[in-house]
Amino acid sequence: MTDTTTTDPAAATGEGFRWIGKPVKRKEDPKLVTGRATYVGDVNPPGMLHAAILASPHAHARIVSIDTSRAKALPGVVAVLTGAEAAEVVGPMTAFCAEPVPQHAIAVEKTRYWGEAVAAVAAVDRYVAEDACRLIDVEYEVLDPLVDMVEAMDPAAVKVHDTLEGNVVFHADKSYGEVDADFARADRVIRTHARWHRMGAQPIETAGAVCSWDPFTASMTIWSNSSFYNFLPWSFASMLGISTSRMRMIPCAVGGSFGSKHLLNKVIAISGALTKVTGKPVRYLEDRLENIAANDNVGCDRIYDGELAITDDGEFLSLKLHCIDDYGAYFQFGPGQHGCALAQPVGPYRINSLQYEVSAVLTNKVQQGFFRGAGADHGNFILERLVDAAADELGIDRAEIRRRNFIQPDQFPYKIPSGNVYDSGDYEGVLDRALTLADVEYWRAEQKRLRAEGRYIGIGLATCQERTAYNATEWWFLYDNPPLPATSTPESIKIDIDAFGGVRAELGCPVWGNSPQTVASQVIAEEFGIDPADVSIEHNDSTSGAISAGPGGSRLTVMLSGAARGAAGQLREKMIRIAAHAMEVSPEDVELSDGVFRPRGVPTHTGLTFADVAMKAHLFKQTNPEGESSGLVATYTYDHPLASMPTEDRKDTGAFYPIVSHACHIPIVEVDPESGLVTMLKYYAVNDCGTVMHPKLVEGQVIGGIAQGIGAALMEEYRYDEQGALISGSFREYLMPSSHEVPEIVLEHQETPSPVTPYGVKGAGEGGRLIAPTAIAAAVDDALKPFGVWIDELPMTPERLVEVIARAEDRAEDEESGR
Amino acid sequence: MSDKQRITVTVNDQEHDLLVEPRTLALDLLRDELRLTGTHAGCEQGVCGACTILVDGKITRACLMFAVQLDGCSVETVESLGSPDGTMHPIQRAFSENHGLQCGFCTPGMLMVTQELLRREPRPDAETARAAIAGNHCRCTGYQHIVASVCAAGRAMSEAEHQHVDRQDVEHQGARA
Repeated sequence: MTDTTTTDPAAATGEGFRWIGKPVKRKEDPKLVTGRATYVGDVNPPGMLHAAILASPHAHARIVSIDTSRAKALPGVVAVLTGAEAAEVVGPMTAFCAEPVPQHAIAVEKTRYWGEAVAAVAAVDRYVAEDACRLIDVEYEVLDPLVDMVEAMDPAAVKVHDTLEGNVVFHADKSYGEVDADFARADRVIRTHARWHRMGAQPIETAGAVCSWDPFTASMTIWSNSSFYNFLPWSFASMLGISTSRMRMIPCAVGGSFGSKHLLNKVIAISGALTKVTGKPVRYLEDRLENIAANDNVGCDRIYDGELAITDDGEFLSLKLHCIDDYGAYFQFGPGQHGCALAQPVGPYRINSLQYEVSAVLTNKVQQGFFRGAGADHGNFILERLVDAAADELGIDRAEIRRRNFIQPDQFPYKIPSGNVYDSGDYEGVLDRALTLADVEYWRAEQKRLRAEGRYIGIGLATCQERTAYNATEWWFLYDNPPLPATSTPESIKIDIDAFGGVRAELGCPVWGNSPQTVASQVIAEEFGIDPADVSIEHNDSTSGAISAGPGGSRLTVMLSGAARGAAGQLREKMIRIAAHAMEVSPEDVELSDGVFRPRGVPTHTGLTFADVAMKAHLFKQTNPEGESSGLVATYTYDHPLASMPTEDRKDTGAFYPIVSHACHIPIVEVDPESGLVTMLKYYAVNDCGTVMHPKLVEGQVIGGIAQGIGAALMEEYRYDEQGALISGSFREYLMPSSHEVPEIVLEHQETPSPVTPYGVKGAGEGGRLIAPTAIAAAVDDALKPFGVWIDELPMTPERLVEVIARAEDRAEDEESGR
Repeated sequence: MSDKQRITVTVNDQEHDLLVEPRTLALDLLRDELRLTGTHAGCEQGVCGACTILVDGKITRACLMFAVQLDGCSVETVESLGSPDGTMHPIQRAFSENHGLQCGFCTPGMLMVTQELLRREPRPDAETARAAIAGNHCRCTGYQHIVASVCAAGRAMSEAEHQHVDRQDVEHQGARA
């Protein structure tokens, strides 16, 4: 069987919906499968120049001098900029919320990580631009690099930024609820350490921008694969030193993001600086090494110590999490990844209180950004490891201990101790279904049988919240005095209906692998009673004024549904008024069905077609209802349906990520203790993302996320040498799952509709990756139980696993000889 | 720069007579000179497979080959699939129907790998399909739907072939009768 198993969508969600929940044709596909989509690398305006950068070969060095004269003399070279020269035409890159130090796209005075740009060239083609880079003479004074985050915390350590007091750029220690009292009444405290190494999104398309400056109108056109062109376009304009009203950002097809293509202001700053000095369009598109080494969007790099206070019955009381997070050389996104983790630190469990301590540390590495999960992935790892440790210590089954602590269906909306709200869920339902789906008893028998043959298979189990549809407050509530306490995370759409009844929608978001065109067409078709195939979809640029935060935080399907339903609703009402007037009935007595407006309850009435009413709206003002404007166009902005403010004292974060999906995963693995190789045998998952908008698309998101989770569990890792040089700068060293490393994934859905979103949908973009690493870790230590192995470090590379097994064996020997 | 070399290459059935620099990659020739931008640059290190094309019918990484090496060769890219009347190639249709793509960036390479596979193995099973795409990275799908797409394309093309043969038989018999 190669197809996934899915519940029949009609049976599950078909009630009352004609298109929501149906596997309609994916609208994005025709351009993509024919090679006709325009990615940023395909944008090629007349006269365009190509940029290349010279990257620092040192993780930490003072730039003593740069001589670009030989590069400038090379035929075909149009401009060469050092960091200092670029800083004269473009400003520092935008920080998300608070900026402890300015960060320039091209290093000024000092380089702070390996691969950081120290100069950029624009030339007639990329070959010449790269030749020119090799002719730039840079003299460096090499400084001691900070590679280890714990060493960097030492007040005596070298500083990444001389202007800061030290390398701990941010520290917070927050308590929510009665932590001390809950620990005092606990029968025991479960403790574990966890280490999650640095990983990255690695979309197959790198980041890039084509910037085109017109010095005569002082305006700039930018094509890029950033997703924030309709959310924070002003931030790009201020960085580029141009008027917000004279900048146009045009979206391109995006070859994968997984969170890594939000701001992308480095590529925009570099091509922006070069177009400003040349007056010609310039494309800077990272090569693979530049994307891995310097894209400003690697994932979190965390050390956790966790404590879970429990009773002897296995009841969870309180949780303490202490986290050190290696942010790399800059702090562009602030502690947003910890804001994100605070959406669900207690998972699906009733836990009364929480202490959350974080130290964000700067080192000489490329900085953190967002990567699918955005900090909640690591939070889930430490929590679920604590839960497994509690189960093992008490001798309670790992599924049973979860069952005992789940938030119950009648407890929603449920407010967690730190303040976020979970809208709805049925966690026991998901768990039971997963246990049945995986046939755990069969696998236990297999495990026993194979162990007798000297083979080690393991059965993992993890449960997980998937917080979806974020609100902007997550960026700043950990600050006492945030400089930009934004509270909007909107999504907009423009719909117009032409005089022939043709329906067209313009989205404010790009396609970055998800399916906003399909989703919007489903919703519009649902609201108008027409076929999604008849809805034409385009993407507007930053000049539309239709503010859209775009994809990210598993928000888009929820928020775009709200926008599309809102705009369609406005147009439908207007058409109903016009139709009612023409048919001489009251608007309340008109219904729209299958694209025809008829008096309600008179199916034999000829009625007025969609096109009839559209033509009336466009050209027959005098016979339309009085005061009705001509035409049919609506722009609708949908704001977050359930967000609330953090309190002044920050004892309560407010609801900021409250549309909460859930999953239970059961992977089956085999481990070879000799080589440390983990082979995925089978993977079972039950997912609950509310109403499934489109079964095939949700499957794609979940399975794709699981594949990335397999990578996180077993192979993906940024590795640096002692000097801070990146030694995993290609896909030969930064390993990702191929088709051979991903097993057959059997997926089912439970549907617990959200009570607050359009059609009850919840997000589904990150869940697979949020949970898979944790579930696989549980499977590996289940496989290696005879060795007494406990997995607390990811990824479980073969080398690391062999060491873990050896350590466990040594420990066992020590214990034996001690006895 | 260095002396340009003259090459003759057939791309998607169209012959081109070109002057190319010796260091120009086949990938850049296709994308920048011939403006066939369906072939994508993913890693330029020969690992990801996004730039996969067929050269004389063989799977080739366009980023690991110089344009001059294409002299006298016949190249197929994603633009060879599908018809001008808007009919998709069965492989393209199968990928769309089985959701074998998300962002679409690796897709042209996957389609060309599938094209090559189905020519020598018209009805691959899932295991064969999985092995065939193992040299191409997809970061979106987790491969499962791609495997299903490859198998479905094989089925669709084989059935179309049978129908074609059946029809020929019928027409042939009709003529005899």
